[in-house]
Amino acid sequence: MNEFAAKVLEGDPRSIAKLITQAENTSPLAASQMKKIHPYTGKAYVIGITGVMGSGKSTLIYEMTKEYRRQGLKVGIIAIDPTSPFSGGALLGDRIRMTELATDNGVFIRSMGTRGMLGGLASAVYDVVEILDASGKDIILVETVGVGQAEVDIIKIADTTLVVLIPGLGDSIQTIKAGIMEIADIYIVNKADRSGVEQAVAELESLIDITCIDKDRKTPVLTTIAKQKKGIIELVKEIENHKNYLKKTKMFELKRRKRYEAELVEIIRKRLMNFIFDESTFKGKVESLIDKISKKEVDPYSAAEEILGKILK
Amino acid sequence: MDQKIRVLVAKPGLDGHDRGAKIVARALRDAGMEVVYTGLHQTAEMIVETAIQEDVNVIGLSLLSGAHMTLFIDVTKLLKEKGLDDVLVIGGGIIPEEDVSKLKKAGVSGVFGPGTHCDDIVEFIRKNVKK
Repeated sequence: MNEFAAKVLEGDPRSIAKLITQAENTSPLAASQMKKIHPYTGKAYVIGITGVMGSGKSTLIYEMTKEYRRQGLKVGIIAIDPTSPFSGGALLGDRIRMTELATDNGVFIRSMGTRGMLGGLASAVYDVVEILDASGKDIILVETVGVGQAEVDIIKIADTTLVVLIPGLGDSIQTIKAGIMEIADIYIVNKADRSGVEQAVAELESLIDITCIDKDRKTPVLTTIAKQKKGIIELVKEIENHKNYLKKTKMFELKRRKRYEAELVEIIRKRLMNFIFDESTFKGKVESLIDKISKKEVDPYSAAEEILGKILK
Repeated sequence: MDQKIRVLVAKPGLDGHDRGAKIVARALRDAGMEVVYTGLHQTAEMIVETAIQEDVNVIGLSLLSGAHMTLFIDVTKLLKEKGLDDVLVIGGGIIPEEDVSKLKKAGVSGVFGPGTHCDDIVEFIRKNVKK
């Protein structure tokens, strides 16, 4: 085996970090190494943490990590923040709430920019989960960008998805809206020292009760005050309950299969887009077609068919 | 391949003035870089471990308390010890002229005092970053 992949399997932080960078840059080296580590993945339990901006996701992750470390487990954290669509730059600030973890060698934290991906994740996040998994982490916590209502891609990657809310977000109409309110395996009302907690919990529970989908598991609603370390042990227990439920009902395998499906689609999408827009031969063709569309010499559908026709033949 | 310059902006020591660091972080983001901002009160160990995990090309240190000769050099020493010789280190803050050459000798490649234009920092990084 190539030394790079071998060092990742040993848990060497620098090799893990370098391979993540290669994966983010979609380098050929990354692809060759990802092939080698795949057989060693699948052991880590992946927990997704999503929720509105300012709901305390990073602080929750910090406290959960300390609890998992107390149990002797190794933790990988992937903290995603938005990339500016204008400059391509990103300000990755989730570590501010986790500085104490920086020198714990049982914890590896990586901040990622979304780099153009919608849905609340970064394009390379599937690779990063595999890399951290192969490096021997028992738990992987994935923090999405602060979401609105449609950033639901986290369920493609997480075994358990936590949706974090805070009191006073809005009335019940808000909570019935589609999107992030449909993806929770566990709801958390954080900052539960604020007023309006009872109302928030009651609204969530009534929302759960009015669903028509037959479920043998009722989505639990927990309250936490992450800053005061309150509710963390209960949360970690509830995640364990969900894990046991998934294993008992065979939904675990189904979830993992969905993750691999999403990963495969993402790899194909990236390669195809690179092929069309980056390769010297096609880029020129694409540009000239855009010019023609602008001048009304051709319509966008015919242009798309022309490009795809060249690839598919 | 889509390579981005990754920068760690950190404030070592006890000084709590982070406005300058935030302005620089914002300027680097607007220049298309990925900026990991860790906030206040970082030890050299925290900064170097974060630099390893985040695989940054650049570390930007900010300090206004006057302890730069100790704290900046702690970071560059530890980087050398850990074999991170491909990371560009720059520093900013209230740094007297006579300290600048000493800092440069110790591995702080660029030193930027009050009045520096953000564009100059961006240009310095682009010119000197090791990819």
